[in-house]
Amino acid sequence: MDYELQFSQYNEHSILIEWPKIIDENILKSILKSKKSVIEFYSKLKVEVINTYSSILVIYDHAIDNFNDRLFELKSIFDDQNSDVMLESRLWEIPVCYDREFGIDLSTISSEKKLSISEIIELHTAAIYTVYFIGFLPGFLYLGGLHPKLHFNRKNKPSLNIKKGAVAIGGQQTGIYPQDSPGGWHLIGETPIELFNASQQTPCSILAGDRIKFYSVNKNTFLDIKKRAENSTYQLKQIPSNA
Amino acid sequence: MLKVIKSGFYTTIQDSGRFGYRDLGVPVSGAMDSYSSRIANALLGNQVSDTVLEMTMIGGEFLFTEPTFIAISGANMSPKINGKALINNTVAVVDANDVLTFGAASEGFRTYVAVKDGFRSEEVLNSRSQYKGITKKEKVEKGDRLIYDKNIGDFQDANASLKFDQSIISESVLEVYKGPEFEKLSENQQNKLLTSTFTVTKLNNRMAYQLEPLITNTIPSIITSPVLPGTVQLTPQGNLIVLMRDAQTTGGYPRILQLSESAINCLSQNSTGKSLKIRLKE
Repeated sequence: MDYELQFSQYNEHSILIEWPKIIDENILKSILKSKKSVIEFYSKLKVEVINTYSSILVIYDHAIDNFNDRLFELKSIFDDQNSDVMLESRLWEIPVCYDREFGIDLSTISSEKKLSISEIIELHTAAIYTVYFIGFLPGFLYLGGLHPKLHFNRKNKPSLNIKKGAVAIGGQQTGIYPQDSPGGWHLIGETPIELFNASQQTPCSILAGDRIKFYSVNKNTFLDIKKRAENSTYQLKQIPSNA
Repeated sequence: MLKVIKSGFYTTIQDSGRFGYRDLGVPVSGAMDSYSSRIANALLGNQVSDTVLEMTMIGGEFLFTEPTFIAISGANMSPKINGKALINNTVAVVDANDVLTFGAASEGFRTYVAVKDGFRSEEVLNSRSQYKGITKKEKVEKGDRLIYDKNIGDFQDANASLKFDQSIISESVLEVYKGPEFEKLSENQQNKLLTSTFTVTKLNNRMAYQLEPLITNTIPSIITSPVLPGTVQLTPQGNLIVLMRDAQTTGGYPRILQLSESAINCLSQNSTGKSLKIRLKE
């Protein structure tokens, strides 16, 4: 837990705290514990704390009068931080239909990576992925844990319209497009669930630090879940975590 | 209510932003030029967070169905009530059936219209700022009806002495801080950044502004990291991308500079072809 952290002023109202710049689960845990402590410390102020792989950005809703005071305050929160800050990590099951009508790039990956389509699906559904953070688009999960055999460079030319729910592979990452958007990843399937719903009190059930697992469903199940998701009667499945 | 007869070139509803949801990847949004929107609200004695109209380049035409007070600030779009000229940064009385019209921006690029106590449009995640995928509507269109409270009587002009600082519109130097990756640039690249004259390209909108000329980039992409409105990214091709209010929350390009809040406001009042310089704020 002893990482050398760098604190710097980002603009008039934000402070950036940086961990070693690598993708690592222990760093994520350290970041999420610190994030939780900062949020609790500032529970009475309007402060936003966002995290990525190796940083936290603390955004105040007002200009910082004295940067050194705030820095000292943040450092003391980090020093006091008990290593027994408890992190909640939930494991979610996400249905994916890998039919070729959704997984339009499965055949390209199959021929380039010399894997059969069923091997690709097997590898993709076997892994447990860690949610490092949410960024890029509302509800877009940055996931770690893609099997190296499935690492596959992004497309040279991004597709202009990738459908909401598309499950894709880009470089060393896999992800789900939470809304229609342009994107350069290869499509392998589609999930019928809503990852982000702005009209809900909790727009995004899955949070940084959670884990997810994909499971394969056929077209009928896909359509059934999609209908329920659209009526907000589908509850995302959570499985007891042993991790 | 306010009936939209013509929407103008690009008009959205904005407030002080959707604070508190960036952790879920939701952009903060809010008025591009927060200074001008604040002035418009302050003139009416409104809250800073009250909802205003943001018009871009060419203003619209609006019909009021209830009496109220309005204030206009930001770019000069030659506002008129029933054909009679109005002055920016003053409070005006409007009656039922009054028509407010605007032309093209002559000084600046974005104009704000505030009504007494703000517009009561759809609120999502504690903000009325329109954004695709969050609010049902992503911009104001012909036929839209915006609700506001009826206000009559004498206006208590508490902020009559408020003076609009015209430098937000006329200033051609952007004050910046060093970004987290600034020191990775060579001395030569740093000098180029701080001495060159940049031009706003046609790629400018609420998400980002691109500037020319290119700066040769020799530093690699970074591990995906937080970004804010005002963050200046340097792409592998050497493009300078200044992120604005609707920008994504994270990014993988080196963050070489960070605009001050007033520089973001200032850039928002500029458009294609405008020349600007960058100055480090220490």
